[in-house]
Amino acid sequence: MTGKAVQMGRREILKTGALAGAALAIGIALPARAAGADKGGQAFLPHAVLAIMPDGTVTLYLPKTEMGQGVHTAIAMLIAEELEVAPSAFSIDIPPGDSVRFGDISQSTGGSTSMRELWAPLRQAAADTRMALVMAAARKWGVKATDCRARDGVIHRLDETSRLTYGEVCLDAAAWPLPAGTALKSPDDYRVLGKDQVRLDGEAKVKGTAQFGIDVRLPGMLTAALQQSPVFGGALRKVEEGAALAVAGVRQVVALDDAVAVLADNYWSAQQGLAALEPGWDEGPHAQLDQSAIVEPIVTAVSGPGTEAFNQGDVAEAMKASRQTVEAVYQQAFQAHAAMEPGNCVAHFTGNACEIWTGTQIPSAVRKQVASATGLPVEAVTVHNFLLGGGFGRRLEADMVLRTVQIARRASVPVKLVWSREEDVRHDLYRPYYADRLVAGLGEDRKPVAWRHHIAGSSIMARLYPRYYKGVDGDAVEGAKTIPYTVPSRRLEWTRQESAVPTSWWRGVGGLRSAFAVESFIDELAVAAKSDPVAYRRDLLRDPRAVAVLDLAAERAGWGRRLPEGQGQGVALIHLWDTYMAQVVEVEARENEQPRVLRVVVAVDCGQPVNPAGIRAQVEGGVVFGLSATLFGEITVAGGQVQQSNFHDYRVLRMNEAPLVETHIVDSREAPGGMGEPPTAAVGPALANAVFAATGRRVRTLPLARNLWV
Amino acid sequence: MDYRLRIDGQDHAVSVPEDMPLLWVLRDVLGLTGTKFGCGAGLCGACTVHLDGAAARSCLTPVSMATGKEIVTIAGLSSTRVGRAVQGAWLAQDVVQCGYCQPGQMLSAAALLTDNSDPSDDEIDAGMSGNICRCGTYQRIRAAIRHAADELSA
Repeated sequence: MTGKAVQMGRREILKTGALAGAALAIGIALPARAAGADKGGQAFLPHAVLAIMPDGTVTLYLPKTEMGQGVHTAIAMLIAEELEVAPSAFSIDIPPGDSVRFGDISQSTGGSTSMRELWAPLRQAAADTRMALVMAAARKWGVKATDCRARDGVIHRLDETSRLTYGEVCLDAAAWPLPAGTALKSPDDYRVLGKDQVRLDGEAKVKGTAQFGIDVRLPGMLTAALQQSPVFGGALRKVEEGAALAVAGVRQVVALDDAVAVLADNYWSAQQGLAALEPGWDEGPHAQLDQSAIVEPIVTAVSGPGTEAFNQGDVAEAMKASRQTVEAVYQQAFQAHAAMEPGNCVAHFTGNACEIWTGTQIPSAVRKQVASATGLPVEAVTVHNFLLGGGFGRRLEADMVLRTVQIARRASVPVKLVWSREEDVRHDLYRPYYADRLVAGLGEDRKPVAWRHHIAGSSIMARLYPRYYKGVDGDAVEGAKTIPYTVPSRRLEWTRQESAVPTSWWRGVGGLRSAFAVESFIDELAVAAKSDPVAYRRDLLRDPRAVAVLDLAAERAGWGRRLPEGQGQGVALIHLWDTYMAQVVEVEARENEQPRVLRVVVAVDCGQPVNPAGIRAQVEGGVVFGLSATLFGEITVAGGQVQQSNFHDYRVLRMNEAPLVETHIVDSREAPGGMGEPPTAAVGPALANAVFAATGRRVRTLPLARNLWV
Repeated sequence: MDYRLRIDGQDHAVSVPEDMPLLWVLRDVLGLTGTKFGCGAGLCGACTVHLDGAAARSCLTPVSMATGKEIVTIAGLSSTRVGRAVQGAWLAQDVVQCGYCQPGQMLSAAALLTDNSDPSDDEIDAGMSGNICRCGTYQRIRAAIRHAADELSA
């Protein structure tokens, strides 16, 4: 495959849904006019993301989904800087799924891509829009555009003899061709970018008026409760509708091949009806499937040969010539997403049209998938998107929408399907179970001269994008193919190993898995070399940005200072999603007790910071998310069924377990890197390394809390 | 059964089964969707409301136990001095991320501060550990509760 073909493939992937591991398209542009945003000639629609009205209203059509990561605020800041309006000045519109509307900009949100993707095109669109408005004012005044300047939605003549608002000139601007290639501001002139901006969606969320998908109510709507085959791959054998229909408020029972739903006036009645049903299931081929039968082939795979994903030098020769070898196998558990807002969707199917109301990370892909599932043309499907009560990759899949459509096709009214927490945990698409085997040969100076890494697990890319899967999962090997450290000979292999457990994207994606393995292993090499973990890493780095974050985290954490008995510090460094991050975790780990994370110090260089306040929030939250997974997160299978069901047995961090997180942001003028995944990816290995420092125990199989003292 | 409910200072009449949880009466019968469904088992706190000033998990509170009591949801939280201080502190500390758990967090925080106007860190942890936030805003929630406590004692 040529480089160009690879890039086109990735562009296609960006547009069709998943973003994880995808390189970013360079030079993408917005369509010049907002298709589908017709204001009847009464507005200036310079680009798909903006509409300016004569009354001064500036509407921002968000091309990305807000799921807590602050993208609404960050997008408003990108545009505000070059348009010369306040970030809070926008009227916000969440547009429906539409693969054409935003041109090359993907409406999908994930893989820490939003700022990397939007940084150039949105600022350019905003600058060109500002220039169009300034030129319109200049025409009115009969002066040159260079004799005018824009500030806070107002165009001033430089001699301050006149001023016009954006609203006053917007229709005139709309009548002229849009300027292109307007010069962007120098970072020295930034008034918005790089400054702390409080969240623009904060007030609605604090007042409780923010609307999530689960809050949608339509006239005549019925609410459905769902039970899917408890065993993966099972089928519904029989269902006696009578018991459910006898429950007050229950209106209909819908039996599907592998699930049954009860439709009622409200969710409680639907749940009561479902509880009365006692459906019978054919358990199918996976009825005897247990966790060990899933895990063993994955672990076995990494001790044999795999498909080459990367090779540099002659690893076998270099390994032979090395003075000492170190080997380790790491295992990372299946994870559920467990977003606070359980799965839900409202669908109304009328025969020749289907309307969807849901919170999704992929509104345009959902639209296509609903069209494909119903046989309707794409134009007959409308997908209304909402704020998400957490995404974490779960809402990069359309399964919940398609399930709702299956049910709505058998009802004559709009149907709201709500997953119980138990269904949400047991019928997730899980972060894959992975095994990583690493072997390194150390030279005379104790530095690695040979490095062999083999990854095995489920391939999400192969399922979603079989056309682009050429034997290696490009997402899964991210962070293992390229590592921050200099090793003369290095080989990476991959083995795809599937099971009946469905898998999908999960915050941190492939890079997270790589980070745990690589950053645990480099720590083991430091131990073998009898070297300090920070100093050992530092000696292997070439990239000054990586050195800078490592040094900054170590300095701010007081690396190496004397700690009380039972405490330890651990470090991890990543360069992923175009962001450099180092974390130092301080932990207290007493024998037979759950480790207690005391403090996490994070140094990050994510290029030009867009919203430092948002970066700190992503660091604090991502660290907590990663600690939940590393300490507790574990989905297991017995008898073909997921054994966990709710927050009592799928534990996540609570406030009493949450550490103090300190964020230190490196000032930079480089293009922005991603911030959604890195904090989650880096904290796991930093924690495991801290636990080793505190206890001398190296936990290589997660979750850590369960495996530390066994 | 017919019930009269006093919610955020307004009287409502509903006809629902006596064991129907208050959460679903609020959300699905009355259309008051500010109170959130998270787990249905009292494990996450997303559905927290006040009953006569005390925090209660509405997903496990039968409507029959809520009648005759003063029910406060996120929509009515600003009617009390403590509630206003909590919401103001949440904004000042820029707490929210996805925001889905935050109505429950703020209701729990207001109940905590009503009982204890100057909670220690351990008391904050104890009072708030029933409320899960998957976005991980705990550090800012702690700061916001201290902020609100300072505001209330000023």
